[in-house]
Amino acid sequence: MADGVKPRVKAPKKAAAGDVVTLKTLISHKMESGQRKGKDGNLIPKSIINRFTCAFNGKNVVDVTLESAISTNPYFEFEATVPEAGDFQFTWYDDDGSVYEETKSVAIG
Amino acid sequence: MEFSRRDTLALGAGAVALAVMPFQVNAAADEAIAAFTGGADLADGGVTVTAPEIAENGNTVPVSVEAAGATSILLLASGNPTPGVAQFNFGELAGSQSASTRIRLAGTQDVVAIAKMADGSFARAASTVKVTIGGCGG
Repeated sequence: MADGVKPRVKAPKKAAAGDVVTLKTLISHKMESGQRKGKDGNLIPKSIINRFTCAFNGKNVVDVTLESAISTNPYFEFEATVPEAGDFQFTWYDDDGSVYEETKSVAIG
Repeated sequence: MEFSRRDTLALGAGAVALAVMPFQVNAAADEAIAAFTGGADLADGGVTVTAPEIAENGNTVPVSVEAAGATSILLLASGNPTPGVAQFNFGELAGSQSASTRIRLAGTQDVVAIAKMADGSFARAASTVKVTIGGCGG
């Protein structure tokens, strides 16, 4: 399921030191819940993103465990403190073993 | 429309089945809560769940949770075939203990949030969402 998976992140480019910023993330993914039936009447096997993490310069911001009740194209909005200039690292872990990554730099100013 | 004795009995049996069903579904949610809290008491307040009152499409229902001072928040959909939705663990750089996401709901039900506070206590909140079209592939 590695085709067409595209992570998108909205993060500010600049922030004052110690500011709290809002981050919005979305990744295109089918999030097959394992409850749906295909055309042949059989259940489509579950295939979801099971974990999402966000870190800033290696320090954890949020770590989310996802279950099958998360919608298609998982969206998350949360807040983070920016203590210094650096990078936000966003990581999504797929059931099939794929890992999708995205990085956003934040400058102080 | 007149009810024969047979119709009345069938209706009654259906009503009983409907009344019993939610308890079976809730049992799975209760188990998930117990696994998260370890059987600890749940306080009211301290955590909020924001969800629409009526969701036309159960496939994508916007939900946000907030609990100041929480280390993690467990989100459950008590009426889904599998009640688990997500667990948010907040790290040292979390700006606030809040998060928004979009979830699937199989039908009209309560969305439950359990917050684990920094002092080890637990708080619970729930919000009822009416779902017009279910989101679990019926």
